[in-house]
Amino acid sequence: MEGLSLFLQALTLQAGYNAAVVAIGAGLLGLAAGGAGAFIFLRKRALVSDAVSHATLPGVGLAFLLMVALGGDGRSLAGLILGSAVSAGIGLVLVDWITRKTRLGEDAAIGAILSVFFGAGIVLLTVIQNTSGGRQAGLESFLLGSTAGMLFDEAVMIAVAGGITAALVFAMRRPMTLVAFDPEFAAANGVHVQRTDLAMMGLALLVTVIGLKVVGLILIIALLIIPAVAARFWTERVGRMIWIASLIGGLSGFCGAALSSAFVALPAGPMIVLLCFALFTFSLLFSPGRGAFAALIARRRFQHRVHIRQGLLSMAREEPIYDGLTLSVLRRGGYLNPDGTPTVNGRAAAAKAVLDEARWKVARSRRQLDRETGADDGLTRIETVLTPDQIADIDAQLALKKGGVS
Amino acid sequence: MSPLELIADRGKVIAEAPSAEPMAVRGLTVSYGEKPAVFSVDMAVPEGSMSAIIGPNGAGKSTFLKGSLGIVPKVAGEARFFGKPLDRVRGRVAYVPQRASVDWDFPARVIDVVMMGLYRQIGLFRPFGKSNRSQAIDCLERVGMAEFAQRQIGQLSGGQQQRVFLARALAQNADLYLLDEPFAGVDMATESAIVSVLKGLKSEGRTVVAVHHDLTTVRSYFDRVALINVRKLAEGPTDTTFTSEALQETYGGRLADTQLATLQQANG
Amino acid sequence: MSAEFVQLSLTPMIVGVLAAIACALPGNFLLLRRQALIGDAISHVVLPGIVVAFLVTGTVTAWPMMIGAGLAALVSVAMIEGIKRLGRIEPGAAMGVVFTTLFAAGVVLLEQSDTSGVHLDVEHALYGNLESLIWFDAEGWASLLDPVALAGLPPQILRLAVILVLTLALLGLFWKELAISTFDPGFAQAVGIPVRAIGFGLVMAAAIAAVASFDAVGSIIVIAMFVCPPAAARLMTNSLGHQIGWSVFFAASAAIVGYIAAGYGPIWLGGVHAVSAAGMIATVSGLILALCALFGPARNRLSAPSEGQ
Repeated sequence: MEGLSLFLQALTLQAGYNAAVVAIGAGLLGLAAGGAGAFIFLRKRALVSDAVSHATLPGVGLAFLLMVALGGDGRSLAGLILGSAVSAGIGLVLVDWITRKTRLGEDAAIGAILSVFFGAGIVLLTVIQNTSGGRQAGLESFLLGSTAGMLFDEAVMIAVAGGITAALVFAMRRPMTLVAFDPEFAAANGVHVQRTDLAMMGLALLVTVIGLKVVGLILIIALLIIPAVAARFWTERVGRMIWIASLIGGLSGFCGAALSSAFVALPAGPMIVLLCFALFTFSLLFSPGRGAFAALIARRRFQHRVHIRQGLLSMAREEPIYDGLTLSVLRRGGYLNPDGTPTVNGRAAAAKAVLDEARWKVARSRRQLDRETGADDGLTRIETVLTPDQIADIDAQLALKKGGVS
Repeated sequence: MSPLELIADRGKVIAEAPSAEPMAVRGLTVSYGEKPAVFSVDMAVPEGSMSAIIGPNGAGKSTFLKGSLGIVPKVAGEARFFGKPLDRVRGRVAYVPQRASVDWDFPARVIDVVMMGLYRQIGLFRPFGKSNRSQAIDCLERVGMAEFAQRQIGQLSGGQQQRVFLARALAQNADLYLLDEPFAGVDMATESAIVSVLKGLKSEGRTVVAVHHDLTTVRSYFDRVALINVRKLAEGPTDTTFTSEALQETYGGRLADTQLATLQQANG
Repeated sequence: MSAEFVQLSLTPMIVGVLAAIACALPGNFLLLRRQALIGDAISHVVLPGIVVAFLVTGTVTAWPMMIGAGLAALVSVAMIEGIKRLGRIEPGAAMGVVFTTLFAAGVVLLEQSDTSGVHLDVEHALYGNLESLIWFDAEGWASLLDPVALAGLPPQILRLAVILVLTLALLGLFWKELAISTFDPGFAQAVGIPVRAIGFGLVMAAAIAAVASFDAVGSIIVIAMFVCPPAAARLMTNSLGHQIGWSVFFAASAAIVGYIAAGYGPIWLGGVHAVSAAGMIATVSGLILALCALFGPARNRLSAPSEGQ
């Protein structure tokens, strides 16, 4: 109970200055990450952020060594973040270089850069641990993040940087939306696609290095990917998706950090990720449009429509039906009696199906109806495509034909 | 007993289709998402025939082949080969996918790809052997590619890639050949080489079905056509089926009047 | 010197080489299938697997951990597949969702449980403890022929050797199926190859290699060895068989050179302490890849990439 009230305090920013600033910072970071991640996801480059985040580690190590060599403290967050940004940038350039200049695919380039940079980073960390000044460097906290011992200055810095990044995402949403939606169209409208992509990766890099201290380099990827993927379930429109992703990221960041400040054993980074995942799972299962349940039901309904339609046509042509599913949907739809003979309804529906097929056939032979007949996929009702007049006209031709034959 | 009475008996198959045509498809519907790409297509391909499947871009021709072979899941319908489900006669059916559907950067030589056609003959757990190699060379010879056997597949031109795919199908020594766009993006020499190989297969009594694009060559290459645009609109001997009415029905406005006119002239 | 070498360095090097090769072998096919990052995903989910195994058994012994890690890999593969299908999400993003989430869950579980008495932490899962795989019973090269001393070999050697032999056997048995279904899945399906099962088997082989390797060498080497040696090998040759040969050579070289550089490099440079062998091996594999990317005879595509469907 005590934890819960602490959590409520943290949520309402009454758990002390530090906790409040950290929570706000994490929220802003999540906001920025969700927005930037949405663009990256739409450009199908979600895992590039994986390479970027792992590639920060050698930069952290080198920055520390450099700052110590210059007589500084080595632990200055600003300096470490700068170092991480430089090495992440180099990693990004190398991923691009490998993909363009060699036959290797982007997945291999990402895998190579992330593992090698990370390995090199670990080597540097052991070097630092071995130097006398490095024992208390605490650079390991960059792996998983740590908000517990964060200094007030650091928290403020992260909050400010998170806010700036979120503002940048907001400022650049138009060109990025255009590029994500349709790069060719964007280029034709004077948007520099390559530069926009670069800016997009730059934002991801910014999110990554700012997030290092809060969620750590392994989990910051989650904040760039999961909100975007979750948001995809709720809308088909790019603009809206970015807002939703930002919201999911921001909410997870804020609540995760608050949870962590209330419960000592719950580290902020993983809690933020798990909250993201919870929202993602809910979206995956229950979103009304693209959610799994909705899709499953729609798929089943579609399959039944196909089987009913094909079954009715078979009935009308007096062909035997062998398919078990066809038979059962026809029975359940009241088109067939349990003994397999057609019901009155069944005969009528079958007759209608055959009539519609004949109508489509006539419609296809008329050049002026090309556009309308293009909609014919076997299931589209002809009444929704052609006007009553057009159908009457077609029926007249059908009657004529029939008369001619008999 | 009227056919409708056959429906009884709770959906069990009570009468197997007696026909043993190389390929018989009934009511095949395949969809991507919730719009049928192919709707309720029936098709019967007689033995020893050479059929073209034609229709506009995106009309579901390739999807029809893939659906019949179970490479993409179907919503309804069934396909039988030589009167049986595909699983029981896979050795008699050869499939040539679209050339662009694979990554030609794969580390393999021409002969390695052709030997893939011997897969069923070799069976599980056994490596490709010397005799397989000479079999593969024979098949390459038939498509005029024997001297390319050791060539890297990434170095081939489009036409040469297509010939390698055909050689792989020949290695399968099948009775039914299903080809997806075998003439797409190939040079004239390759096209005529492929046609003569396919006609050779036909003269041996084997059956050929190809998704085809070029309306001007349909008459000279194929003795049967099936016109598909989501639905099957016509099917039968080329002479009687490949008519301007059927083409209008299939292509609609996508076929310009001039094109139709040329075709009509070509058709006499 | 030589006795010390056999006692302190020989076994870690052998373990490193075995692990590197065991990961590089399936890595070749993952690379050609554009699934190189599956290895990355699997090695991240090892952490929750071993934590759960620890919570269940209360010990940090090898087999429960490996089973836990293996189950976690299985769960992650199932989750990736489920998200891909249920949500119609592209594979890369689905992978990103799953491995970060499971890793986060592992960290939270670890923080919640009392692991103060045992050696179980995130760093261990990441770096492994290659340097600690010492052969106490060895007195020199002659110990290699001494059954008593051999019995004291670190168990990781035998475990990895078994996994490696198994991987090689599977590779040999299913070579045709792997090659055909990787190059042309549509054709493979038409000739009756169970394409899905082969793909799943490949991922499982990778998972087993990753699980068997992580506790000796850590996740970093695992990820690096899945990708770097096969990628470098691809740039050396245009033959699948040769590519796999090169990848084995590169993996073994990276393990040996990396281990020596980590152990002796700093001393040669005047330092006192060794640096992380796992990190150094990954770094060396990256250097090999860099050399191949710059000078490999097959580094460029032969033709323009053929456009997909």
